[in-house]
Amino acid sequence: MNTERTGLERQIDQWRAFVARRPAIAAHDVEEMEDHLREQVSDLAATGLDDDEAFLVAVKRMGKLDDVSREFAREHSDRLWKQLVLFPDEHPGGGAPAGLGRFRDLGILLALAIGAGLALKLLTLATGDESRILLNGPFLVLPFLAGWFAWKRDVGWRTTTALAAVTAALAVAVNLYPYFRGEPDPGTGDVYAEPAMTLLLAALHAPVVLWFLFGVVYAGGAWRAGTRRMDFVRFTGELLVYLTLIALGGMLLIGLTFGVLSLAGVDFEPFVEDWLAPFALPGALLVAAWLVEAKKSVVENIAPVLARVFTPLAALMLAAMLVALLAGKPLDDVDRELLILMDAVLLLVLFLVLYSISARDPQARPGTFDWLQLVLVATALAVDAVGLTAMLVRIAEFGFTANKVAALGLNLILLVHLAWAGRLTLGFLRGTRTFAATERWQTTYLPAYAAWALVVAIAFPPIFAFT
Amino acid sequence: MHIDKDLVAASATPLVLGILAEGESYGYAILKRVRELSGGHMEWTDGMLYPLLHRLERQELVDASWGSGETGRRRKHYAITTAGRAALAERQEQWAVVAETLRHVWQDMRDAAGDLAPGANPGTLPGRVAEGWA
Repeated sequence: MNTERTGLERQIDQWRAFVARRPAIAAHDVEEMEDHLREQVSDLAATGLDDDEAFLVAVKRMGKLDDVSREFAREHSDRLWKQLVLFPDEHPGGGAPAGLGRFRDLGILLALAIGAGLALKLLTLATGDESRILLNGPFLVLPFLAGWFAWKRDVGWRTTTALAAVTAALAVAVNLYPYFRGEPDPGTGDVYAEPAMTLLLAALHAPVVLWFLFGVVYAGGAWRAGTRRMDFVRFTGELLVYLTLIALGGMLLIGLTFGVLSLAGVDFEPFVEDWLAPFALPGALLVAAWLVEAKKSVVENIAPVLARVFTPLAALMLAAMLVALLAGKPLDDVDRELLILMDAVLLLVLFLVLYSISARDPQARPGTFDWLQLVLVATALAVDAVGLTAMLVRIAEFGFTANKVAALGLNLILLVHLAWAGRLTLGFLRGTRTFAATERWQTTYLPAYAAWALVVAIAFPPIFAFT
Repeated sequence: MHIDKDLVAASATPLVLGILAEGESYGYAILKRVRELSGGHMEWTDGMLYPLLHRLERQELVDASWGSGETGRRRKHYAITTAGRAALAERQEQWAVVAETLRHVWQDMRDAAGDLAPGANPGTLPGRVAEGWA
């Protein structure tokens, strides 16, 4: 008798798991139907059926799951839209902390966001130099974000200390460099007439280094693992999407407030510049990061969807560029804009490739989309080759500047990344390589960007005499 | 007897409301009561009862609350609301008209056909069950 009971329990477990997979049937509906099933089984068993027979009859009476699920969907169509539950209700077995506990995470996050805002506000009080604010802002904001993830991921003290030390060293180095500031312009009275090129490069590249250091925290210290790196890539993509959406919403609010206040004769701008911006920018970043973490298993990732939509369009765009570059007038009077544009094009292609890969089932067979991706990478490389040739001629003629070298270096790194990715994709399409190799290459190569950004931020100012 | 799907669907709401008007109940007990009242002729697809109950709950014709059954499992109980009673009364009137009309039609048929045995209603094929409803 005892073994029969457990047999029945196992069957009910299986049935429950099977029903629970239907998106239109919620957990408490399954519970309600399970209660029904159990009563039916025990009533049938009372008439002399054994457990197996009773279970089969009871399940049969429940009806075809497809039909039942369709009825549930008709009544609860909202359930087919995945909703993000930020504060789950208390539910037995749900594991959600009770009472105020479920707001604890958000409370700590908001406290950190306010901390980051205060740090940024203090920075703007300490210096009016915009290039200095640009240089130091990320150093003040990102540790708060990293702090939250270090707490969530339970990152060890050793890793935390090491990361903090590296960050501090980087901050000290880029701040203490004696950048050449240009001559004060007596006409306008602007003392910071022209910030040094290497200062701007450092301000642009140091955040990249910091972002990769943050990646170590995000990975919970296990940054060597390819899967963790891919998680960080996914996180970054979703974060960008959410930040953009939050920024749009914020701009709408500010615009409306600005419009109404200006009608009332109140100047809103000083408040926006002095108070709103320093708090809203880090706040948006932290809240976006929190949302991405909260929704990651609930809502479909959007970055891969965008990558899929734009891959064919980008391939067309690149083909048009290639034709224009080859057929148009010769590129002898181009300057570094071309190089920067080429970097942007390759970065875009890299994003498209990376995010398509991040959502692809590694087991799936090669398909049309993989071919499309190969075409995308090949045309991008061809466009870049044309641009680079023109640029190298110019550099040979007029010599190197910090900007040109930084752009050229990034271009070469991207070129290697994409060229090898293209080769691996070709091998995959021919059946000589697995998709896993393509995926592994993407994550293995990522630290190259961190290394290059570090070189530009740390080594370029002394190499180019702080100009 | 096979009862047409549309007929099952049309009678489901008044049946459930009527059973709940007798007193608070829950899914399985409602189904059992339907079987009992129809002498086993109206066998519903069990799973379909729940979307119906949820619809009645959304329409505020019934109130639902989670309690516990005699076995200690959580169980969702349904009770009819005032609006539910009003809806039931309305349905009752509608069905009375339908039944009355049908009764007249049967009567006319019987009158036309002369003396036909009362047990020979068309469609009395036992042993089949309505597949779906709601």
